[in-house]
Amino acid sequence: MTAMQILFLGVGIAAVLSAMLVVTVRNLIHAALWLVVTLFSVAITFVLLDAGFLATVQVVLYIGAIAILIIFGIMLTRRVMMSDVGPQVNASWWLGALLSILLFATVTWVVLQMDWPSLPTTDLSMTLNELGHSLVDPDKYVLPFELASIMLIVALIGAIAIAWPGKESQ
Amino acid sequence: MIPLSWYLILAGALFCIGVYGVLARKSAIGILMSIELMVNAAIINLVAFWRYGDPNNVSGQAFAVIVYAVAAALASVGLALIISIYRRRSTVVAEDINLLKW
Amino acid sequence: MMPQFDVGNIGAYLYELIGWSLSLLGIQASMITFIQKLVGGLVLVNFVLLTPIFTIWLERKFLARFQDRLGPNRVGPYGLFQSFADVVKLITKEDITPAGADKVVYNIGPVLSVVSVIGIWTVIPFASTMVGANINVGILYSVAIGALGTLAIMMGGWSSNNKYALLGAFRTAAQLVSYEVPLIVALLVPTMLAGSMGMNDIVEAQSVWFIISAPIAALVFLVASIAEVGRTPFDLLEAESEIVAGFHIEYSGMKFGLWMLGEFAHAFTISALTAVLFLGGWRGPLVDQFPILGIFYFLAKTYFVYLFTLWIRVTLPRIRIDQMNDLNWKFLVPLSLAMLVMMSVVYKAVPSGVSEAIRSLVLFSANLALIVASLGLLARASRKLQVAEQVNIDMSRARAPANLSALQILLLALGAVAFLAIFVIATQLVLGLTT
Repeated sequence: MTAMQILFLGVGIAAVLSAMLVVTVRNLIHAALWLVVTLFSVAITFVLLDAGFLATVQVVLYIGAIAILIIFGIMLTRRVMMSDVGPQVNASWWLGALLSILLFATVTWVVLQMDWPSLPTTDLSMTLNELGHSLVDPDKYVLPFELASIMLIVALIGAIAIAWPGKESQ
Repeated sequence: MIPLSWYLILAGALFCIGVYGVLARKSAIGILMSIELMVNAAIINLVAFWRYGDPNNVSGQAFAVIVYAVAAALASVGLALIISIYRRRSTVVAEDINLLKW
Repeated sequence: MMPQFDVGNIGAYLYELIGWSLSLLGIQASMITFIQKLVGGLVLVNFVLLTPIFTIWLERKFLARFQDRLGPNRVGPYGLFQSFADVVKLITKEDITPAGADKVVYNIGPVLSVVSVIGIWTVIPFASTMVGANINVGILYSVAIGALGTLAIMMGGWSSNNKYALLGAFRTAAQLVSYEVPLIVALLVPTMLAGSMGMNDIVEAQSVWFIISAPIAALVFLVASIAEVGRTPFDLLEAESEIVAGFHIEYSGMKFGLWMLGEFAHAFTISALTAVLFLGGWRGPLVDQFPILGIFYFLAKTYFVYLFTLWIRVTLPRIRIDQMNDLNWKFLVPLSLAMLVMMSVVYKAVPSGVSEAIRSLVLFSANLALIVASLGLLARASRKLQVAEQVNIDMSRARAPANLSALQILLLALGAVAFLAIFVIATQLVLGLTT
């Protein structure tokens, strides 16, 4: 067991445990905070995969924006400052658990059957420059890039239009 | 050296936990958090295959960047919808929002 | 083998010395590296946590002299030990946890705030060879770790079981998240000028300081950073005289001390970031022969920017929350976007064989033109506002709230698509001209 493998096992167990806590705890704010722990573990996984840029984008976008947005949403949709009473799962939760365990077993079995390539040893120092170039190169990915920005503008306008108070809240 | 299958199993585990969350959680925001878990699992898959496949071809990372943009748009519009529904019906429990059910 | 003592490169010498002495004890190589890095990290964390002791004293003396009074002068010579007295007071205070508070989250909040500030110092280069981790995405990393501070404030505000703390946390989070937009756009300018996001690369590319090539970017970065920290004029979040006294009402004793420590350390950190990104970091005369001089230049520039922020703090009054929102969305964001477009076009338009000095002069004049244009627009808008106020003050209040109709949304979307298309074509043309 090399050091990297031990590190990956630690990070992986942290991610899976906190994800399980996200879907089971009763208090929604605690679930959101466990989601932050999961997202941070995923960012560390990206660092192990030599994708440092994506790790920092993960922290900025997910933890710095989306998690805060989710916490805002939870705080704005609570009746009073009491923790949610009653169970946090609906009546057919056992079916969901069964389905997800079956899915996980299937995926793991298929993954372990196959013969995966080993780690290529290439020079990864210019990955960031190439990523930047590929996102604005007309022969490569400028079209998805521009479409993604249009989609973000549409989402921005749409979210404001949907959540606008309107005439009810005078 | 970490075999690729470990990353794929980690991504699979996160995805399946997200599936359980979507199917079992009552609150709409809980469902949204589980969806974010599933998107994260997909991104881990993308980056793992980029690293173990052909790291010189950056389309794996470019795809991941676009997925981040989509996830951000998803979260913001989803939360706007949830807040708007809360204003009308004073509840975010997914089962109680059933006006269109037959 | 004993490492060579080189007076110019003391940091590397101490690093090697630790490694050599540990290898004498027979510890294996990977453990030695781990211990070396641990010692380096401890030195850095201690530096970050001990600096506010000095800067708090400096700030109180400085502000006092601005306000024509003496400042602390009883505890020790010139009041130097005032910070120690404050710490002793905070430690001996009763540590009250409000009833109904969420204990774990309540305790983690201030700790996470301090951790997020310390984490930024990992990537700041003290000298050409002294940097914690020379990663090539340093700027984005510092923004990312700063975003954890926002999360910490929300945790603190929510877990206090107090409606006013929650409201304060909402307003704080809104301000911090809003001001990240012009901050990140302003950070794109040194990235573009240096061709890399790594902090050491940016310092090495500053043969002409970036504050000359991009003064607007420096100012936008400084203003947005001061808003991120929450110093005056943006300290409506935690000012004692506000009705919602902020997210840390329910904190007492050393936990409150941790919030304050985080804020002062953060103010020092953004001064360091400004010095590194725009004032040339560790550059100065004679750093090539003696890299150790880099630390002195870096600290001198950092303290200069810190005193500048103190000057701003003592001069300007606090702004209201609606003024703060207007400042961000109606002024800083359009200005930073226009600046980014202008800088990239001018940067590409200058032919590549030209020397650095001439290029920065051209960029400086373009920035000056943008400043003049935006000041002109602001003057015109304020004149119109004055006229409207004189004519009709009551009528503006009864106007119905604006709702975007479907047609307006469609026109906005078409306009966005048209703008993007024109932008892409224009950049392709410019790139094609000056490949």
